[in-house]
Amino acid sequence: MTITVWHLVLPLTMVTLGRYFIFLGTLVRNRERLKVYLRLIMDECVDIGVNSVFIVAIVASFIGAVTCVQTAYNLDNPFVPRNIIAFIVRDSTILEFAPTISSIVLAGKVGSSIAGQLGTMRVTEQIDALEVMGINSSSYLVLPKVIGAMLMFPLLTIMAAFLGILGGYLAGVFVGVISHEDFMTGLRFSYNPFGIKFALIKTEVFAFLIATISAYQGFNVSGGALEVGNASTNAVTASCISIIVADFVLTQLLLA
Amino acid sequence: MIEIKNIAKMFGDRQVLAGVDGEFQPGETSLVIGGSGTGKSVLLKCMIGLVTPDEGEVLYDGRNFLTADENTRKAIRREMGVLFQGSALFDSKNVFDNVRFPLDMLTQMSEDEKVERAHASLQRVGLENAEQRMPSEISGGMKKRVGIARAIVMNPKYLFCDEPNSGLDPLTSIKIDQLIKEITDEYKITTVVITHDMNSMMEIGEKIMFLYEGHKLWEGNSDSLPHSDVKELNEFIYANKLLRELERK
Repeated sequence: MTITVWHLVLPLTMVTLGRYFIFLGTLVRNRERLKVYLRLIMDECVDIGVNSVFIVAIVASFIGAVTCVQTAYNLDNPFVPRNIIAFIVRDSTILEFAPTISSIVLAGKVGSSIAGQLGTMRVTEQIDALEVMGINSSSYLVLPKVIGAMLMFPLLTIMAAFLGILGGYLAGVFVGVISHEDFMTGLRFSYNPFGIKFALIKTEVFAFLIATISAYQGFNVSGGALEVGNASTNAVTASCISIIVADFVLTQLLLA
Repeated sequence: MIEIKNIAKMFGDRQVLAGVDGEFQPGETSLVIGGSGTGKSVLLKCMIGLVTPDEGEVLYDGRNFLTADENTRKAIRREMGVLFQGSALFDSKNVFDNVRFPLDMLTQMSEDEKVERAHASLQRVGLENAEQRMPSEISGGMKKRVGIARAIVMNPKYLFCDEPNSGLDPLTSIKIDQLIKEITDEYKITTVVITHDMNSMMEIGEKIMFLYEGHKLWEGNSDSLPHSDVKELNEFIYANKLLRELERK
């Protein structure tokens, strides 16, 4: 029998997936008292959400601006109305850029931070210290991060969508590729409110994937500083891949 | 009392522990000694439940820790205090909150009681003036003392110390050893110390167990340690040039 790459990769993937799902199970089994989590969740909301506002705002504004200018550059046919530019900026920002690009940026910022933090706690025996006290360390450390991410990511996405469109408007009007009136007309043209729901559903899924995959990578580190660094890198890589795969699956399921 | 019976553990095809037995009595400081990689820390991890042995039993006052149900295991864990090799203090909490943490998580005490208990523990290790400092702002010796304070804040019946002297100067090492000994005597705790520090062996080793390649080769006390006829143990304790010279004289 010929051994192909799949014969080697598939079992490894299945083992990793199995371990990941077992890890997810530990988050909800033998939980601590609810009161314990409330403060931790608030801390995580600040850490994950409030501390990410700046980077998400910058990225969203500029992506909106670039989308507007590039769309204008490609739509130089006089038979195509200029308000289409705003229509494209609105839909691409709400449906794709705000949820997906923001999540990829957050995978880099939040994902690496979660993996690094948990990995360092693992190698410095802080997680062992929790286990020895009889505390469910995965639930205590990871569950607040997952809930915090799922609470804050949608808010960041809403902000990103708003700033993306605003960035598109400012760039379009100031560069002179579209007038204020055309932009407003395009913005209101053929609006489907389901787009917002779709973006928020995607964001919740991405938040869950980023928080749990990064936590899984960090939580299972063994070794030292080098392995913690590798775990952070793996967390970002795996989160980004899972985001784009989930993006495709969700688009097929909800929009096709 | 803690009893370990026939503890065996393999990592892959490497036998790390091979049928280790032992008894650790209350009010006694028991030392597990041996060179690096002989299975001391793995034995400790088997005893405190961080590693599951392939074979054997760990009994806490007759309660089998490995086969006990979740509630019994939790109850036993609450009777344990552990000082980790690197102290394992939580970076995000200050000294006081580190010590108070087990009380917050595991007890229903009132706020005043928790504060009082945490203060008392820190006072016991002489760190009442460092309560508000972060772990990154204190020395290695102070971290060990905070680790001890956290380990004793729940009034444990069993105290485990993994290499309490690692990374410390000889004088601080002696202070930490003395503190462990005093606490053991004072609270009548069953204390198990993993070490390869010769000074600790002579100072606090009421009972000493020597591990070599996963096997228990010798058991005795600090008085009988220098007169053993076990070749591996003699090589271990006289590895130090100064001790070799003293023995020759």
